[in-house]
Amino acid sequence: MSCLIDDLGVAVSPDRVRAGHAELSLYRRDASNFDGSASVVCFPMTTAEVQAVVRVCVAHATPYVARGSGTGLAGGATPLDGAVVVSLAKMDRIISIDAQARQAWVEPGVLNLDLSKAVAHLGLHFAPDPSSQQSCTIGGNVANNSGGPHCLADGVTAAHIVALEVVLPEGDIVIIGGEDPDPDGLDLRGAFVGSEGMFGIATKICVRLTQNAPAVRTMLLDFDRVEDGAETVSAIIAAGMVPAALEMMDALCTRAVEEYIHAGLPTDAAAILLVEVAGLSHGLEDQVARIISIGKAHGARTVRVAQDEAERALLWKGRKTAFGAIARIKPNYYLHDTVVPRRKLPEVLNQVYEIAKRHDLLVMNVFHAGDGNLHPLLVFDKREPGVMERVHAAGEEIVRVSVAAGGVLSGEHGIGLEKRDFMPLMFSPVDLAAQAAMRAAFDPTGLANPTKVLPSPAACGDVHHVPEGAWI
Amino acid sequence: MDLNGFAAGVGDTAQGPVSIAGSSSRGGSVPGVRTVTAPAGIEWIQADEMIVSCGAGTLVAELDAALAEIGQSIALAPTGTVGGALSVGQSGIRRLGYGPLRDVLLQAHYISAAGDVVKAGGPTVKNVSGFDLCRLLVGSRGTLGFLGDVILRTRPLPAVSQWFSTTADPFATFAALYRPVSVLWDGETTWALLEGHANDVREQAAGAGLVETGGPPALPSTARWSLPPAQLHMLSTDTGFVAEIGVGVVHHSILQPARTLDPAVLALHQRLKEQFDPTARLNPGVDLFDI
Ligand SMILES: Cc1cc2nc3c(=O)[nH]c(=O)nc-3n(C[C@H](O)[C@H](O)[C@H](O)COP(=O)(O)OP(=O)(O)OC[C@H]3O[C@@H](n4cnc5c(N)ncnc54)[C@H](O)[C@@H]3O)c2cc1C
Repeated sequence: MSCLIDDLGVAVSPDRVRAGHAELSLYRRDASNFDGSASVVCFPMTTAEVQAVVRVCVAHATPYVARGSGTGLAGGATPLDGAVVVSLAKMDRIISIDAQARQAWVEPGVLNLDLSKAVAHLGLHFAPDPSSQQSCTIGGNVANNSGGPHCLADGVTAAHIVALEVVLPEGDIVIIGGEDPDPDGLDLRGAFVGSEGMFGIATKICVRLTQNAPAVRTMLLDFDRVEDGAETVSAIIAAGMVPAALEMMDALCTRAVEEYIHAGLPTDAAAILLVEVAGLSHGLEDQVARIISIGKAHGARTVRVAQDEAERALLWKGRKTAFGAIARIKPNYYLHDTVVPRRKLPEVLNQVYEIAKRHDLLVMNVFHAGDGNLHPLLVFDKREPGVMERVHAAGEEIVRVSVAAGGVLSGEHGIGLEKRDFMPLMFSPVDLAAQAAMRAAFDPTGLANPTKVLPSPAACGDVHHVPEGAWI
Repeated sequence: MDLNGFAAGVGDTAQGPVSIAGSSSRGGSVPGVRTVTAPAGIEWIQADEMIVSCGAGTLVAELDAALAEIGQSIALAPTGTVGGALSVGQSGIRRLGYGPLRDVLLQAHYISAAGDVVKAGGPTVKNVSGFDLCRLLVGSRGTLGFLGDVILRTRPLPAVSQWFSTTADPFATFAALYRPVSVLWDGETTWALLEGHANDVREQAAGAGLVETGGPPALPSTARWSLPPAQLHMLSTDTGFVAEIGVGVVHHSILQPARTLDPAVLALHQRLKEQFDPTARLNPGVDLFDI
């Protein structure tokens, strides 16, 4: 049989097929802590090349893993068992922009923020704004159904994808969804979004573009008690308002951020809330007034309303640089991602603190409070002996208490390898079999990013294990 | 609510094919096939979470009334049952502002062809735990499973909701407005639905030269076209239609020219059907490509 690497060289071009040790080591994981190993990395530049690569992999019965920027946090892009990494990074053209219909076709390797920048002069943007938006790709956003602070009002990635060109695992190129609103048949587009690279490779993506708001008001509220902040969040929503963003930071996180950026954040507060409303002026002023009074009624100590764009940017900088700030405290962090009903936020946050304390770990919380999407951040120094076991154990407990509170395993990072074995916390074997059936219909070959998302029994006896030492 | 009884009814494989009866507002069940009825009734409404749980057999009207009492709504077409509306999957004329119907379904228990109760999705608004089976169910017209109960996302009712009209160009009107909830066009008149703060609605309408009107036009019901919004211009020589600008749905008095179907897409549909209903006993004869 011919050699895999040679065949891939024919499929793309030999100079875009790499198997050197140093290069492979760059692709052995994503931004998670899961290490794998790739046998070869290739860089197709067209749909036809992606198709050719997929066909080579099928011919060699070799699994392959699509990869955007590798910023995924659940191990989705981590290659296992010597899989072929198919990097979409070189497919980074914005193909067309239709300002009137507010749609754009892009290649999967376009970076999220680059798209918004490219349409800014039209008064439009791409609404999903993950914190990683400077570096993550639209293809990765589609595969993970990514979210961000401004997805509270405008919805996560699934709400902004109208059509996809996909190379299916058997090698067919199809368009699913459409520029038109109701393509015939099942919503295959919706099924593909969030499929974590296991239903095929997206090679072109038609996104919906969103009108920029004519006006924005950004507020910072601070509280003596985390509960008061959380209750303010619920009360705002219960009052019939859906702010553009509603983000919360706890004391430890606020202090770290303030030391880092000097934005004048109240470092003695137990929690701060960043609330942004967007829209037309009268509705905005009305909402600002109501949010201030709801905050005050729930114990807000002060309310700072950004007076200009510079102050607004500073407040957001605090939220967006939280990870950088935290790196100054300890060298390593593990970022979790679960969702709980908003009303359960105070209770689950207390459990998170208790769990971290019991495992002798520092935890900081900076999260999308408006949709109950918790992001407990465990910070540690991995050189400390035994610390990874504690981080692992605490993480598992955080997931368990979230689901027990009526929540879900992941709000935006996906399941990947990280939470694959937690899926039974939420789903019965029958539920999982239905998800495996979806996968089997899209990928009869079983070669597209296998062993992710579905725990082994539901994956038709396809038993693979997370490699030893994966938690490093 | 008796989900297990419903499951037993669906799962009675000895009796062969099975169809589901809603309130027949959307064409009803498959003729000549044994029917089952989904559980009905609102289980709970969590106003502060903006979610509601109900049986798929619940009447949309009952749900609307209950939600209106707490100042919320769901953009389901106002007739028939909740399960029927989701299975057909058609969005209403407020899709431009509210988003498509498929986005309201957060979690479903459906009954599989084997009679199992299967959970899809999860109870929170944000959720990426596993593959998105809910999207596949909306619009599947009972060919993959029968909806038993659902958790849906609600939205707050606006302070003001007002229809306007103008004879100005619909595309210019659409471009001039900030997030209108609906913009309709029949080739001559443009209608726009604006919602929000009363003063914003008034100022937007004045700025775009809109005049207040009682409501949207009557919609031709012979056919429902689906066109890329960029192609709606082409309709300007037609009559007997109302087009949803910015969306692409066209309510038309004549049928849409047949569209071609990619064999690879059809094959994917067939594989899904084989996976979910290998003996084709659920709603036999329902063809998703013949609407
Ligand atoms: C500092 C930091 C902050 C982050 N903040 C957020 C946040 O706020 N919200 C959020 O949702 N996520 C966040 N993330 C996670 C991550 O950025 C997102 O999941 C992102 O969408 C991944 O994009 P990527 O291009 O890096 O994809 P990768 O990590 O390369 O891949 C992710 C998954 O997508 C698949 N994939 C990639 N491209 C394709 C394609 N073309 N076709 C099919 N499958 C494909 C891969 O196989 C893999 O399963 C953050 C990550 C970091 C490191």
